[in-house]
Amino acid sequence: MTANVATTCTDPVILDQWHPLLPLDEITTDQPNTAVLLGEQLSYRLDANGDPVVWLTADADATPLPILVEYLYVWTCLGSPPDRLFAIPEFSEPDRRNVHAGTIGVHVSAPRAVENFLDMGHFPFVHTDVLGAEPHTEVVEYDVHIDPDTNDVWATECVFYQPRAATTSTEGQMSDYLYRVPHPFCVILYKTTPLDKDRMDVIALFCRPTAQDRIEAHMFLSLLDPDNTDAAIRKFQQTIFGQDKPILENQHPKLLPLDSRAETPIRADKVAIAYRRWLSDLGVTYGVIPVSPTSASVTS
Amino acid sequence: MTDPTTLTDPTTLTDPTTLWHPVATMLDLPHRHIFHGQLLGREVAIWRADDEFINVWENRCLHRGVRLSIGTNDGTELTCRYHGWRYSNRSAGCTYIPAHPADAPARTICNRTFAAVEKYGLVWSGEDPIGKPPIVAALDDGTPFTLRNLPVNAPSQVVLDQLRQHRFQPVASLDANTARMTATEVNDYAIALTSTALTSTETDTTESSTAVFFVQPVDSDRSIIRAVLTEVPAQVEQLGVLRHHATALGKLVIAAETAAAQLPPPEPMVATINQVSLALSVMPEPMLDRQAPLRVQVARKWITAQDIVGFELVSVGDPLPTFQPGAHLDVHLPNGLVRQYSLTNGPGDTSSYRIGVKLEADSTGGSQCLHNTVREGDVLAISEPRNNFPLRRDSLRTVLVAGGIGVTPMLAMAQALKPMGLAFELHYFAQADEHLAFEEIRSELGDAVTTHVGLSPDETGAELARLLDGYGHANQVYICGPGPMLETARTIATAAGWPDQAVHFEYFKNTTEIDNSSSFEIALARSAVNLHVPPGKSILQILRDSGIAMPSSCEQGACGTCVVPVIEGKIDHQDVHLKQSERDAGDQIMTCVSRAAGDRLVLDI
Repeated sequence: MTANVATTCTDPVILDQWHPLLPLDEITTDQPNTAVLLGEQLSYRLDANGDPVVWLTADADATPLPILVEYLYVWTCLGSPPDRLFAIPEFSEPDRRNVHAGTIGVHVSAPRAVENFLDMGHFPFVHTDVLGAEPHTEVVEYDVHIDPDTNDVWATECVFYQPRAATTSTEGQMSDYLYRVPHPFCVILYKTTPLDKDRMDVIALFCRPTAQDRIEAHMFLSLLDPDNTDAAIRKFQQTIFGQDKPILENQHPKLLPLDSRAETPIRADKVAIAYRRWLSDLGVTYGVIPVSPTSASVTS
Repeated sequence: MTDPTTLTDPTTLTDPTTLWHPVATMLDLPHRHIFHGQLLGREVAIWRADDEFINVWENRCLHRGVRLSIGTNDGTELTCRYHGWRYSNRSAGCTYIPAHPADAPARTICNRTFAAVEKYGLVWSGEDPIGKPPIVAALDDGTPFTLRNLPVNAPSQVVLDQLRQHRFQPVASLDANTARMTATEVNDYAIALTSTALTSTETDTTESSTAVFFVQPVDSDRSIIRAVLTEVPAQVEQLGVLRHHATALGKLVIAAETAAAQLPPPEPMVATINQVSLALSVMPEPMLDRQAPLRVQVARKWITAQDIVGFELVSVGDPLPTFQPGAHLDVHLPNGLVRQYSLTNGPGDTSSYRIGVKLEADSTGGSQCLHNTVREGDVLAISEPRNNFPLRRDSLRTVLVAGGIGVTPMLAMAQALKPMGLAFELHYFAQADEHLAFEEIRSELGDAVTTHVGLSPDETGAELARLLDGYGHANQVYICGPGPMLETARTIATAAGWPDQAVHFEYFKNTTEIDNSSSFEIALARSAVNLHVPPGKSILQILRDSGIAMPSSCEQGACGTCVVPVIEGKIDHQDVHLKQSERDAGDQIMTCVSRAAGDRLVLDI
């Protein structure tokens, strides 16, 4: 019944991306383990030098797939990958805490998860008394643009009242947010930190699509937080994501519809609208319901 | 009668989208629950409101597709779990979007609804059902007794095929196995079976029981059997009857699922999700014309008189700004309308704003929205308080005349005058005692308030003539009420010798028909700009179209917010805000409705 969403990926745009397999420090043995990416089963292990190696499980020759180790993760690609992954310069700053906060399977498409990550309006209702609280429900006007050099989607000037924005928060604050989409299935947010008003915490969601309607969601953080333990940071992040998961799994359809007439946007959805158009312009067909030619005439 | 042949050819079946199907039992709809049902591949959210209305809706929020069945049923509305959008009982219209208290678009977002009827203890619905739910004479004539529903992993026609061979015993002989079965097809998704006991003598002393089996097509490979007995079994027999049917149907389910497993898996049904309208698919433009910088939460909503609801509004952000007695607010409503309400607050009380809203019989959605939709806890956008009805506080005598809900600014004025020790009297005209609002404020004002209840228009005129008899130096009268009463009061005051400057009034609305057919030029003296005002457009619109930020409020010539000084040119006044002396002076214009009488106006902006 779900055969059409479990089949292998034929979308060249997605095949040629780097995808996050898992955190590097979770590959600990030379015995092969497996993980699924875009409907393909991959095997991975440490080689004799202690470096990670990844191959298609079905490949009798175990020809290594291209890999990249970046932002604490091992990235791989089933097609022809670009030379480099998108840049997160904060990762290299010496006083940053770089933490991977866990991997959670979610029965939803990657772009639905990205769109949820871009959304401030749900904070008071889904992350009640943590990232938002009634009556502070308003999403005030913010700006959206596409970076002409990197082609990243940006949402800037985002502001939202948060009762407990981070592990380091002791009271409510107006949080400033920047959102950035540098990859069809990866999204980064930059937000005010209580500890340094001139710099921002970095929180990213790296999705590994296992099928069109299923992901393994990796959470990466680069924080200005000298005090909290990794465990406390992970617990906070996993609590947040645990609140999102049941919402995401109750979205219908699970694939993100790119036709503008599929759902009803409000002004708070400005960045989501830009993201959907951007996916359309990139020609992404995996994990989405593309605009059908018959409805294209009414979407402009 | 039980011909175990192949399945019915699906092409000969009635189009199932035109039929009524059961989708739930009434037991699935307990108080304030939302039941997740499915019919013909489509998920539905089924919920019973406190008024007993049964709603069958597409099970997804129009915003981001989240299932409404994980939301909240509060008895009158269903709230989506994701962003708190509220959808109304019956209409399924979206009534509140918490992310945008300020610029709610004036558009109707409405979820897809399906017909719903309760019958035989079941809830019936359908994609596009024709006529009425199956009418089964045996059930209509009897006392229907609904059995527990039974899900089956088999196509509906496989289940029906099994039902045609189904056997059970009449109530009187549950332990036997000799009953004669007769079947009557109700429609392609329902069958009635009668079990008749054979007595040993095969005489006419027969006993029979009838059950009707409705098969709900959930998807192409799943069904739910919903069986209804025509008679309620006697109390002592019920357990036995239930056991008997459970056992028999349990066997049927195994047989149906076994038969289904032999068939190739059917294609899943595709329930088309309707496109949203073109108007709803585009992001609404931000509302820039009418500024609403303040965010308030409804802290209290109470009935202060018949058809009048009080609202107490507290700030969500910064402290509320101060105000003058007579001031009003623009309240931006969740349905996109903007309405003006006078503050009832006493002087210096900025802990909250308190307004009164009368439910207008001919409401175009403003007072109805506030009465029926807005509730405690909601966030609203409001303007800063504006005062176009200022109170002089240097008078020897102040007469406040209020008609109906026109009492609200008068209460603010009276509370301002009282602590100053200035002589004032508040005359409150109302149709009946139960229409008198804000008792708690009036009681604080004591003897200064006189109520005039149940007077005819003539009696009201006579009373006003008595009250306004004899103008004295430094007397002022303030009048707020319905148009006819206001006209009467103004006429009487003039006749009694009150000068124009001593008579102050505020209309609820401008009932004169606006004639905007003229076309003319406007010259903006300070900015040296000339603009053309064509028929159908107001000066206010033309100024805004040229990028000039203009304040406005009621936009119908009643409140006075959009006033602009005039240097030159004759004015066609169409507002009800200006007094006759102000009109005659010809040096100001209400830009929302008034126009040039000639072909040119020079404005001092």
